[in-house]
Amino acid sequence: MKVAVVVFPGSNCDRDAAHAVRLAGAEAELVWHERTDLGAADAVIIPGGFAHGDYLRAGAIARFSPVMGVVREHAERGGLLLGICNGFQVLTEARLLPGVLRRNTSLRFENRWVRLAVERRDTPFTHAIPAGVMLRMPIAHGEGAYWLPDADLDRLEASGQVLFRYAVPEGNPNGSLRDIAGVTNERGNVCGLMPHPERASEALLGSDDGLLVMRSLVESIAEMGAAA
Amino acid sequence: MSATFRFSVSIMPRDGILDPAGRAVEAALPQLHASNVHAVRVGRRVELTVEADSAESARQTVDALAADFLANPLIESWEIEAIGG
Repeated sequence: MKVAVVVFPGSNCDRDAAHAVRLAGAEAELVWHERTDLGAADAVIIPGGFAHGDYLRAGAIARFSPVMGVVREHAERGGLLLGICNGFQVLTEARLLPGVLRRNTSLRFENRWVRLAVERRDTPFTHAIPAGVMLRMPIAHGEGAYWLPDADLDRLEASGQVLFRYAVPEGNPNGSLRDIAGVTNERGNVCGLMPHPERASEALLGSDDGLLVMRSLVESIAEMGAAA
Repeated sequence: MSATFRFSVSIMPRDGILDPAGRAVEAALPQLHASNVHAVRVGRRVELTVEADSAESARQTVDALAADFLANPLIESWEIEAIGG
């Protein structure tokens, strides 16, 4: 089992993500954005950071990096693809996920711990999360306010594409509509979230709740491999 | 025969879309004794030169780039202008 972690110029959570993948029991390979192969990986993570300096809009330039062609093909084949923070922004810009991540309404870069309610536990990204458990994870972003027109939000919710919502006591940190912190595509094989599971993957870091997301991903690869 | 054409693309948050940058600028105005200034919106301007056979074809290139890359049509609008130089 192998997970490719894409590295853009300006990515800065790539090694943390690879470390968390290994903790969850899979091999991890860092894949430079100029490559046009994924090293035969079973799943892909687009990590956090400031890809291409976040110029123009966060994720706008990364969308056109050479590696994104194979990332798109991977997703279109039904392969698992997880975007974390800046990776979520990249996937929305690439139209692999619905919505836009706009500037935080707080007018600040928000760097703090949040609580997440898990809306669904029957997905490749959440099935290892025990029922009733809320996740504690850090966020660190200036552009994390999830936005879609109201009618599209209704459809998103109706089709079960909202996976994570900011929850009390910390609450919504960035002005995301309907407290949305993470979504999937319609098919359910591409997921993006603003909080950082990899930064909450060991008790030493203050929480290992994020490892539940990584374990879900890694176990899903194993199940997909067994079914294939 | 190819020529060069220079354009500016002015990109703004769409009307009705909250603009935190504009709000932050507006919040500083009272300190500048400019409390009579309102409705600040912050956008960005991109200038570029296109090599093309005609002004129309250059314009089409910029139209496509603006819609697909320079702006996000969901939340931003843009205006393209031919400029000298």
